[in-house]
Amino acid sequence: MIRAILITLTVAGTAASAETLRLAATTSFNNSGLSDVLLPAIAQDIGLDVQLLVVGTGQATRLGQSGDVDAIFVHSKSAELAFVAAGYGSHRREIMYNDFVLIGPSGDPAQVRAATSAIEALQSIASAQATFVSRGDDSGTHRKEMALWATADHDPADFAAWYREVGAGMGASLNSASAMNAYILADRASWLNFGNKGDHSLLFAGDPALFNQYSYLPVNPERHAHVKAQAAQALGNWLVSPRAERIINGYEIGGEALFVFNARP
Amino acid sequence: MNEIWAGMAEAFLLIWSLDADLIDITLRSLQVSLSALVIASALALPLATWLAIRRFRHRRFVIATMNALMGLPPVVVGLIVYLLLSRTGPFGVLGLLFTPAAMIIAQVIIITPLIASITHQAMRELWSDYHDLLISLNTTHGQRIATLIWDGRRALMTAALAGFGRAIGEVGAIMIVGGNIDHVTRVLTTAIALETGKGDFALALGLGFVLIALSLCVNLAIHTLSRTEREGLW
Amino acid sequence: MVSQDLYAQLHGVVVQRRDKAVLGPLDLDLSGGGFTIVLGPNGAGKTTLLKVLHGVDRLTSGSVSWTVPAKTVRQGQAYVFQRPIMLRRSVRANLAYPLQLLGLPKAEISACVAHWAARIGLSAELDVPAPRLSSGEQQKLALARALIRRPDTVFLDEPCSNLDGRSTREIEDILCDASAAGARIIMTTHDLGQARRLADRVLFLNKGQVEEQGPADRFFTAPKSPGAIAFLNGDIIE
Repeated sequence: MIRAILITLTVAGTAASAETLRLAATTSFNNSGLSDVLLPAIAQDIGLDVQLLVVGTGQATRLGQSGDVDAIFVHSKSAELAFVAAGYGSHRREIMYNDFVLIGPSGDPAQVRAATSAIEALQSIASAQATFVSRGDDSGTHRKEMALWATADHDPADFAAWYREVGAGMGASLNSASAMNAYILADRASWLNFGNKGDHSLLFAGDPALFNQYSYLPVNPERHAHVKAQAAQALGNWLVSPRAERIINGYEIGGEALFVFNARP
Repeated sequence: MNEIWAGMAEAFLLIWSLDADLIDITLRSLQVSLSALVIASALALPLATWLAIRRFRHRRFVIATMNALMGLPPVVVGLIVYLLLSRTGPFGVLGLLFTPAAMIIAQVIIITPLIASITHQAMRELWSDYHDLLISLNTTHGQRIATLIWDGRRALMTAALAGFGRAIGEVGAIMIVGGNIDHVTRVLTTAIALETGKGDFALALGLGFVLIALSLCVNLAIHTLSRTEREGLW
Repeated sequence: MVSQDLYAQLHGVVVQRRDKAVLGPLDLDLSGGGFTIVLGPNGAGKTTLLKVLHGVDRLTSGSVSWTVPAKTVRQGQAYVFQRPIMLRRSVRANLAYPLQLLGLPKAEISACVAHWAARIGLSAELDVPAPRLSSGEQQKLALARALIRRPDTVFLDEPCSNLDGRSTREIEDILCDASAAGARIIMTTHDLGQARRLADRVLFLNKGQVEEQGPADRFFTAPKSPGAIAFLNGDIIE
């Protein structure tokens, strides 16, 4: 019977062979729909089947640290630098950026529309004590939000019940915000691709403080000998190629470009 | 209410058009859960039957543990299996994390105690019925277990169906150990979670109805198969 | 002529249930073939004695030894329980089961099954689930299932209680045939008429003790112990 179990497991385990690479990427990369156009192009150009694990930046770096993925694609610069400095990643490559936007009820009770900077917008939410949904999942978006609060001289730990950590991905958090009639910080791509907008609209965007840099970091083969370093290298080269530039810059939802390619070849 | 109608329409559309992704996901759901069911049954049925007929010192403790394990939270199982299978974990070299095999392992751990517990209940009753006869006929332990399993097969079918139901509807553990990778480890439940996250409730609900329909079909199929037997009394 | 050889011995046998003695302490030599009828009032320990002899009931202390090697004792024995235990299978499968355990070839099994089904008048019911049979039919099936391995010793615990005259006669016929073929039959009954019809020897049990043991004609014509005399008189024994 043990043999039968082993056979079953082996069969199930080898279900996906071919040249594959495991990439841990942030939810926004997937929710935006960009991965749906990039992955087929990658398969077509360099014959690489990229298996995408959609997780928060926190979990993505953990996966890279333990060698459970071959590369990570995330957006949290300080975490990325630490990742490379500790020797988990062989190097860091900036690929593209998009921006974060403040979403809230169309009635805008906290007058966020009138703000001149992202910091000012958050301050007006805090002083109005308007309901605010935070990802609370240690993702890149969550870290960005925390950094913004810190710049605005606020510590979310001191906030009253109007500040709600939902501990969920971007989509689920948007669902929560929609249900609670709350403000939320989201990446533009996820917002545009979100299907349950309800009475919510984009209230504030454009401050450079809200820019969101995505980087590609292959896992260091010196740390984990089993990772597919060559495939990861090939993917890295493809991501900075003119072909990738065309696809990324050309990706639009509802006529709006979402990402700006900024890799230096 | 509108969303439920939209979900039904979406489900109908998905099935009607034989959507390739839907078929892929559905087959994987079946593959994973049926594999888990076969393995878990192969472990649980003999074990539970053996527990029903054997008297030994820590028997009560073992049975209580088995019943308690029925309530294992899938998320915790997922997390533990994840840590065990991670490259830094003890079984990391097998490279099983984020494969269907990992999902099968997690589901086996989740449903084996459930199947064993229901089996044990039924087998204990049957054994008190058969005890004197089987002892009198000088049967070996193996023959007793085989006889009880064969004659109690209807109860065992119920146990297996309960296990299958728990496996196919499970999302917490397989999301963690499978990673919900498109075309590799995405199954119906994780796809539903994903679509809900995207706010695409209609598609999520559509997949949900497919899942319910699938579960119903498997149940009906097994019941029909067992009813074709002529011994209809028990 | 029925053999007189010793076949089993009980040494200091005691069986207790919840600190209450149901049998013994008992020292007993059992010998001879044919029908041994175990008689005694309710609660005398008749069923317990049979089960202890067959080895399906645990002893509190003491030992039972057979003249055949301990490992093979039960292989040559069969037991028909007071309430017939039907496997949840067809009549056919119930009859075949003891033979399947021995790993006999299929053809031999089905020939045996057909023979015994005919013998107990259930040839037409081979595919009926055994638990659906009437109690008389179940008792006959249990008897046939016990005899199908041709045991040298058969224990029967009140095989004819709750049966009508016709079923009782059928069962007695089958038992007489088995006895004539050489099987030793050890049986309890409440039916004194049946005991007189069948017994070669009698074992009279009262309050967990053997009060009298000997040839049937002597027991029925000249019982010695006060318990046996009262029992045969039809008195209530407290």
